[in-house]
Amino acid sequence: MTAPESNTGGSTEELVIEAKEALRIRKRGRIERISTHMRREWQLYLMLLPTIVWLLVFLYKPMYGLQIAFKDYSIFRGVAASPWVGLEHFQTLFGNDQFIRALRNTVYISLLSLLFGFPMPIILGLMFNEILHQLFKKTAQTIVYLPHFISSVIIAGIVITAFSPSAGIVNTILGWFGLDSIYFLTKPEWFRPIFVGTTIWQEAGFQSIVYLAAIAGISPTLYESAVVDGASRWQMMWKITLPSIMPTIIIMLIIRIGNMLEVSFEMIILLYQPATYETADVVNTFIYRQGLQGGQYDLAAAAGLFNAVVAFVLVMSANTISKRYSRTSLW
Amino acid sequence: MLNMNLYSRGDKGFVILNMVLLGIFTLSTLYPFIYIASLSMSTGFEARAGNVVLTPVGFTLEAYYQVLSEPLFWTSYKNTFIYTIGGTLMSLAFIIPGAYALSRPQLFGRRFWNLMVAFTMWFNAGMIPFFLNMRDLGLLDSYFGIIIGFAVNGFNIILLRNFFEGIPQSFEEAARMDGANEFQVLWKVYMPLSKPAIATVALFCIVSRWNGFFWAMVLLQDEDKIPLQVYLRHVIVELSDDEEFAASLLESSYSFETVSAAIIVCSIIPILLIYPFLQKYFNKGIMLGGVKE
Repeated sequence: MTAPESNTGGSTEELVIEAKEALRIRKRGRIERISTHMRREWQLYLMLLPTIVWLLVFLYKPMYGLQIAFKDYSIFRGVAASPWVGLEHFQTLFGNDQFIRALRNTVYISLLSLLFGFPMPIILGLMFNEILHQLFKKTAQTIVYLPHFISSVIIAGIVITAFSPSAGIVNTILGWFGLDSIYFLTKPEWFRPIFVGTTIWQEAGFQSIVYLAAIAGISPTLYESAVVDGASRWQMMWKITLPSIMPTIIIMLIIRIGNMLEVSFEMIILLYQPATYETADVVNTFIYRQGLQGGQYDLAAAAGLFNAVVAFVLVMSANTISKRYSRTSLW
Repeated sequence: MLNMNLYSRGDKGFVILNMVLLGIFTLSTLYPFIYIASLSMSTGFEARAGNVVLTPVGFTLEAYYQVLSEPLFWTSYKNTFIYTIGGTLMSLAFIIPGAYALSRPQLFGRRFWNLMVAFTMWFNAGMIPFFLNMRDLGLLDSYFGIIIGFAVNGFNIILLRNFFEGIPQSFEEAARMDGANEFQVLWKVYMPLSKPAIATVALFCIVSRWNGFFWAMVLLQDEDKIPLQVYLRHVIVELSDDEEFAASLLESSYSFETVSAAIIVCSIIPILLIYPFLQKYFNKGIMLGGVKE
């Protein structure tokens, strides 16, 4: 690190030459270090290679393909050779009633899911925690976790069957009370309640696992001293359990808001029909119809890019906020 | 441990109410499955009349006979097995070595590679560019396309990487002393120690493969290649609107509803069979992949 001794009394040129020489040696040292490193550790890079290549081919290359959002895409010319059109597709989109409607529906359905779907797993977690009968607890958990592992096609199939106008159990029950049968899945006003209810039914139980794990981490001494003070279980739930899992709740809320736009559109594709587009069509189903079914790839890609950028901003802000809040990164 | 003395504090009312409410929620989760199972074993007439509530009415297995005698059902079932087994093995072949490499401190550019994996979780090009890319790669309508196109998943890599990072270096010292190379260390030291994490990732892959339908529907046109879920969708969603089809079934001992229900039962069974394993591992999986301290 110190200056070489030989340059004492040397001219400026000599100094420069020496410095260059030293740099060359250091550079060679670096290359040598890298090459010995590679000779020794090449296997690690070989292990990493398939994953990196896969990411490049299947996820990063489509990001390059996103440029068609700014192009007049033609299948025959391909991505690179199609002419640029600037922001034309975005102008079309924001002048398109269907897209605006899809945006509105996405936000609306997300908010409904958040409002009703977010508290449910917390409540379930708290309730499971209060169950002392182990067999009951295990059985109940086994059952409520199950729908998470069932495909959306099957869930949709169950919904369609249960809500069917002739044979469905829902209309049978309405019939018991002398009410007329309703063809629920063709009624726009029923779509959101059915969809949100279905996703809660499917996921709430499974999501409660996170809260149960947080509850398991609470120190038993807190409860013990509360018992000594004569606290009831209800009081302990409110005064100990809930405040103790608050950090988890807040982190989950942040994650949830970060993933707001990820309405499970697969389920919507299965459940909606033209009669209910008005309330059911979200951005992703719009992209699917315009792009994959209608062949308007460039317009649909523009809608997708818009969606992805908003989602990215949401997720990154969520991560930053949670980092600040809990000093733990989500990733 | 502390439960017993807490229980006797005169909170009986609270405890019982809690149990009842949770019981109701549990039954409401279970009920649709019982309903579908009963529907599948009822006669078409009773099903259409809406008489099936809890147990089969006019017990018959005619709907199952109809489902099982349809060749396309078997083809799609076989295809689902191909996609599930092939896809899961493919995923593990990518993810295990990849996650191991990313977990090694001596890996050059480790931060960059990790960021490259994580970025795919935050930003996604979306369905149109992904579809066009698959088409350009000639992977439409192909078994291989479905198997390779969804092999890697950032979440699973990070989950496994976190697990590998948690294994103390001391475990591998003996193997290093014997001159083991990276592949041997991974195979003989890390993989045996990571069985629960690998099982978790494998189960995630199996479930998502078994249940996956959207991309199979988009990428596969050839009926001989579609998986069960796409076949199911065709029967349940598309035929439910087909009045002619419904009318053709009016006189028979099965109906559209009973046939749909029977297909649903047939496709749930394999998930139920692996469910005990799933239950054993998903708790761990959620914790591993979730909030990292």
